This record gives sequence, C-alpha cells and structure tokens, in this order.
Amino acid sequence: MTEISTDDASSVAGRSPNRLRRFLTSYVFSTDHKVIGIQFLFSSLIWLGIGGLLALAVRWQLAWPWSNMPLFGNALFADNGGQISPEFYNTLFTMHATIMIFFVVIPILSGAFGNYLIPLMIGAEDMAFPTLNMVSYWFMWPAFVCVIAMLMVPGYGASSGWTSYPPLSVLEGATSTETAQTLWVMALLFVGISSMMGAINYLTTIIQMRAPGMTMFRMPMTVWAMFVTALMQAFALPVLTSALLMQLSDQIFQTGFFLPENASANNMASASGGGQVLLWQHLFWFYSHPAVYIMILPAMGMVSDMLACFSRKPLFGYKPMVFSILSIASLGFIVWGHHMFISGMSRMLAVSFMVSTMLIALPSGIKVFNWIGTMWGGRLHLTTPMLFSVGFVSMFIIGGLSGIVMAAPPVDIVIHDTYYIVAHLHYVLFGSSILGVFGAIYFWFPKMFGRMMSDGLGKIHFFLTFIFLNGTFFPMHFLGRMPRRLADPYVYDSLKDLMPLNQFMTICAFCMGATQLIFVGNFFFSMFFGKRAEENPWRSNTLEWTATSPPPHGNFLTQPVVSRGPYEYSHPDRESDFWPQTDRV
Amino acid sequence: MSRLWSLLFYCVPVLATVTFLMAINGVWPFAACQMPPSLSTAGETIDGLFNGIHVLAVMILLGTGGTIGYVLWRFDHRRNPEGKAKYFSHNSALEFVWTLIPAIILVFLAFYQMNAWSENKMVRPTTMVSGIETQTPPMVLVKAKQFGWEFHYAGADGVVETADDLYVEGLLVVPRGQDVVLQLESRDVIHSFFVPELRLKQDVVPGMRQFVWFNANETAEVDILCTELCGWGHYKMKARLRIVEPAEFETYMEGLEATYEPPLASATKQPTSMSVADAGVTRD
Repeated sequence: MTEISTDDASSVAGRSPNRLRRFLTSYVFSTDHKVIGIQFLFSSLIWLGIGGLLALAVRWQLAWPWSNMPLFGNALFADNGGQISPEFYNTLFTMHATIMIFFVVIPILSGAFGNYLIPLMIGAEDMAFPTLNMVSYWFMWPAFVCVIAMLMVPGYGASSGWTSYPPLSVLEGATSTETAQTLWVMALLFVGISSMMGAINYLTTIIQMRAPGMTMFRMPMTVWAMFVTALMQAFALPVLTSALLMQLSDQIFQTGFFLPENASANNMASASGGGQVLLWQHLFWFYSHPAVYIMILPAMGMVSDMLACFSRKPLFGYKPMVFSILSIASLGFIVWGHHMFISGMSRMLAVSFMVSTMLIALPSGIKVFNWIGTMWGGRLHLTTPMLFSVGFVSMFIIGGLSGIVMAAPPVDIVIHDTYYIVAHLHYVLFGSSILGVFGAIYFWFPKMFGRMMSDGLGKIHFFLTFIFLNGTFFPMHFLGRMPRRLADPYVYDSLKDLMPLNQFMTICAFCMGATQLIFVGNFFFSMFFGKRAEENPWRSNTLEWTATSPPPHGNFLTQPVVSRGPYEYSHPDRESDFWPQTDRV
Repeated sequence: MSRLWSLLFYCVPVLATVTFLMAINGVWPFAACQMPPSLSTAGETIDGLFNGIHVLAVMILLGTGGTIGYVLWRFDHRRNPEGKAKYFSHNSALEFVWTLIPAIILVFLAFYQMNAWSENKMVRPTTMVSGIETQTPPMVLVKAKQFGWEFHYAGADGVVETADDLYVEGLLVVPRGQDVVLQLESRDVIHSFFVPELRLKQDVVPGMRQFVWFNANETAEVDILCTELCGWGHYKMKARLRIVEPAEFETYMEGLEATYEPPLASATKQPTSMSVADAGVTRD
C-alpha cells in the first residue's frame, strides 16, 4: 500500500527515475479512486472555465450583435473586423452545450464526486475494479483531443447544436463543419465509454463492497443517488452509443439511417436516403432525457447530505427520498417524447408523454418538501456549503415549476425552442446542479486536500453568483417569443424591442463569470495555505469523516463497522449533536 | 448575517412574483416581454393555459420559497444557542398530504389541457363537400429550405402539388375568419414554422408531410420565424404572414393568377417520391 499525502508533491522536484515513476503512478496513472476523482474534478473545472467563456461569447453576440468581440475578436476574426460570424455563433452555442453537459456536469458529478465519495462513504478501501476506474478517466482524454482537434478543422467546432439533428449534422453542404461533426460524434463516443466503465464500477462497488453493517438503507443519499445514476447510465448509454455509431456511419460511409429519400441540401443531392429523420431524435432523447437526471440526481444526493449535516437534524423522510429518486429514474425513461411534442412525431403519442412528464413532477416535488422538512426545526449553520445547498433547493423549485409549464403540450407549442426553454434548463443545470457542485466542493475540500476553504470568500462567491445567476437567467422566462440559436434575433422587427433586456442579461452573465475568479482564487490559495482541516470539521456522521484528511491509499486504517444510519443528528439520548455511523455506542 | 441570507432567499419568490405580475399586466420594463396579442381563438385557449399554470406555479413558489426564507431566519443556530435541533425523521400524515395534493393537481392539469392539444394538432377542420363532411384540404403548400420559405397556393383546382400551383416566396397571404390548412414540407434539413401571434409552431421535417391549421380572427401582418437550427443562415430565415379580409384575399389571388409567371422548373422541382410518415393525422 503506497501512502499518499500532500507532502509528496514536494518530492516531485527530484528528477530521479524512481521518483518520476512514483509521481506517475501515484498522481497520473493512479488506480486510487481518490486521485481519479480529483483528476476528474480538475479536468471538469478547466472545461467549466472554457464552456463559461463560450457562453459569454454567445451572450456578447445577443447583446451587441456583429460588434467586435472583446479580447478574442481581433485575434480570431481579423478579416471580419472582430465580428462573430453566424457560422461561428452556431459553433459557440453547440460547443458550449456539448462541453458543459458531457465534459463538465456529467463527469464532475459521477466522475469526480462519485469516484471520490462512493468507496469512502460505504467503507470500502477502493473501487471494485481500480484499473477499470483509471481507464475510465483516461478514456475522457481522446474526447478532449477530439474537441481540441476541432479547432484545426473548418469552422473551429461542430455547429449543428448539441442535439446534432440530422440531416443538418449529416448532409454534405448543410453546414460548413463536416469534419468537426465527425469529431463531435467521436468525442461523445469516448465520453460514453468512459461513463459506461464508471457506471459498471459504481454499481459493482456499491452492491459488493459495503462495510459490515452498511445495509442499503444505511447508505447516505449521495451513495443512493450515485447508485441510481449509474443504473441510468448503464441502461441509457448503449442507446446513445448505437445512435452515435449510426450517425457516424451516415457521415463517413454514406449510409442513410437518418436521411430521408432524396435528401439534399445546398443544391447537393445525397447519394443515400430512405431512412427516418425522427429516428435520431427518438434515440438521442432516449439517452438525453435520462441524462438530464444523470446531471442532477447526484447533486440532489449530496445536497441532501449537506442539508442534514448543517441543520443538525435527521434527513426528513429518508426512505421516501430514496423511493422518489428511484421513481424519477424509472419515469425518466418514458418521458423523452416531451422534447419532441412538435417535432412531427405522432401527435397522439404526445399525450402519453405529457402524462408521464406530469407524473415525474411528483417525486421531484416530494424531494423539495422533504428538504424543507429537513431544515424545519433544525439548528442551521449557514456555512458556505449550506448556502449553496439552500440555493440549490431554491433554484430547483423554479426550474421544476417551469418544467411543469412546458410539460403541457399546448403551452409547449408556443415556448418550444425559445428562450423560455433556455431559462428552464439553466435553472436546473446551472442554478441547481452547478450550485450543488460548488457546495460539494466547499464541503469535501477539507477531506480531499486536508485544508479548509475560506468561508468568508465562499460566502461572497455564493452571494454574487446567486444574484447574477438570477439576473442572467430569470429574464429569459419573459422571452417566450424569442427563438433560441438565432445569431441575430433583431433581424425580426418583432424582436427588436428585446435588445435592452438581452443587454442586461449579458452584463449579469459577465459579472457572474468574473465572480468565479473569487472561487478559483479561494480554491488554489486554500489548497496550499488554508487552515489545516481535522478529520471531521463539519461534525458529520458519514464514514468518510472517520478517515484522515486526506485519507491514505486504502482509505481506512481499520475496517469500519457500521452501527446505524447516516442521519442520527441531535439524537435526544446523546449529549453531542451527531452520532457517527461507526460509533459502537 | 442570518437575516441577510433569509432576506436573500425571500427575494427569490417575491421578485419572481412581482416580475410575473408586471409581465402579464404589461408594466415597464416587462411590457416588451409579453407574448404578442393572440390573433386566433385557439391562441386564446393556449394563453389561458399558459397564464393559469403560471399562476399555480407562482403560488407554489411563494409557498415553498417563502418557507425557505422563514426557516433560514427562524432556525438559525445563533437564535437558539443552547438547545438542540428537534429530532424527528418523518411525519406520515404530512407526507401523505403533500403527495396526494400535488398528485391531484398534476392529474387534473394533464386531463384539462388535452382538448387544447387535440384542437390545435389532432382534429383537422372539416368542410362540407357535396353534403359530406371532409377534412379541409390544404390551401397552401409551405416548403421550407435553407434559408427561406416558399408558399405554393393551390390555384384554380383547389389542390396543392398540381401544375396550376402559384408559387410565392417570403410572403403568405391568408383570409381572416376562415379555417386555413397548411401543408408543411422541407427541401433539405429540419426547419420549424413559428407564428407567435397565432400560437402556432410545427417542425418541418424532410421526408414527412405535415398539416397545421388556424383561424385568424383579425387582420394583421406578422413575422414567420424558423425555430429549428437549420444552418448558418438560420437567424435570417424569415417570411411575412399577412392576414386580410376574405374579399381582399380574393382580389390578391386574382391578381396573383393574372400576373403569375412560373419560376424556372428547377426551382420548384418536386421530389420524385415522398416517404410520407403519418403525423397522427388521418388524410384523405
């Protein structure tokens, strides 16, 4: 068993091959789930920065169309006078969504926190398949390479939206970014392989490697959420993978899975055809709707744990919480058609998808009520992770309610593919998932790096992020007549009066981007100079807090034995207000 | 400090409600954000649903969001430095109530809106042809292409896709107060036909033939927008819809027929075959 501590970093300076080898095996090609989790964390955070800059460029164009983009305009588009071209605008939002979904939210939740927390929280020394785990991280890199390679082909990136609907994404001549489309498909294939390996690993680990006494219903909500997420990935990913292979074959081998008879674009007839255009949408959303829950369930789990810990109270309705996650996951597989109400699919079928979509609001509502029930009557400690968790709940309510609005097909006729949808998805993905991720970083940072993050800076970070995120995304609810993905909405006279509101949102977005520098500064400063963390700085019950901060390779010095559930806070028979799961009495 | 955080979280439902009320009542600066006034009766039904569900949503938001603000102030540990949190993990009666009530509301919503959907998308208007009720034939065949809209009027025989079709680009003229059926087809990639004022949107899918219908109750001239990403020029793929009095429509059609010169054959070439996928609509 090799011991890893932060002090090892100083020894890297040595050039001897032995030390280099040790550095490589313990930090780069490590099979330790904690190192792999931190690798996922760092790469996802870097992509979060890149994806955020792309979003700012999109916002710039919507506020001041065809004007010189600050900083990058002259460098990238000198011959256009620094303007964003309409083709490049399409690339910007395509790559923003692709990066945020496949390189940030999914890997940071499942990859980073799933990897780091599952073995620690169930009392295992590592994952069931450590090498597979390492390979799953390194399969992200071919995807990264594909995206970087897109910068060297025409168009600088895919430009047919993150949904990549054929025929636009397949037909020669429809876009000017055909090579990038192929790279896009390959990037997603690699991400899918990575996620699949992770999912198999998590399922096996959670089923097989729980510590003695850790029954399924003594697992923290984080582990339950990761378990259900892994189940969803295992069942949904094969569909995406086969659909991607079909699209790849349409692009490269001129097959016609997704091309209609006599397909043509830009006066170029396609050699192939006879397929079904809507087939791609069905297959894509069969994965991508469950993916919506893959992108939020882990955050829900972590937020549940943080809320209970900082309310110093048992989680309200633990079993209903588990069952609502399970029902969200199972209903999540039969609601994909609500993305396609007006796509041209059977209009009768829309009705059944509407009913299942309405039903899925129920378990989501129960979760919100249970979170509020958890805080009710508690002794709240409003630390940074707690504020982000409450922010998660608050934003999830808005995102969930706007979801009910668009679940109604007659209403969706109007707001489909408009900024109302953009408001909804950002309230769920940024307002909820990313706030949950920030909270989780502040919460588990002491365990990961052995030092505390600054609480004061964290609170400023939360306050400004919360204000600006609402300033950016809330007004979008009032743009139900402005279609998405327009490089210049103001070519329509009827949309001209929306420009001042768009400029307001863009200013908020830039401020929100700038606010994240506080987080970056706090993160790196605390990593090296933060206050040293004790084993259990938050006086939490779950198993990871009985290991040292950071835990060694192998995690626990002795085999933990679990005696109770994870939420025994403020038990009336005890003097202290928490009761670790491993305490015998 | 707990006051500040409590206030911050109170702001969420309060500001959301205030801006929502301002928007539906057209108060500055949100007047511009309203949906444009509806020009069809179907649109009024949809607006009713839109506003109704929002009122419900805002009430739920005020309740839950307000509770969060209250909890943060009331249960802060500094207000209660000595004691411990209350130890309880569930309340079956409460949980039963807050499961049952939302379930009833959601099921009600699901059934309540089905009629609006079927009127807009499933039950095509009918006309009496020699005493037999038949589905209204399409008045115009709309062809979407990168990056514009073609409108093929049925012409003298009243049937689209025949030799006497009259082809106009970029402008659709329809009569007020009549059921208008449009047949939507695409020449290349997926587009989407969106007229906000009619609360009408339908993706136009290559290889499929789809029908949409409306009955405009006022004359107006409005934008037709494309709402499905269709390539670099997606943003400028626009056309105009002009709703005129029936008499004026007759005059317009006569004028069109009188001056009509068929465009080059290549421009209007029909696909040789069309794999028709049924969009849940029975055709004649």
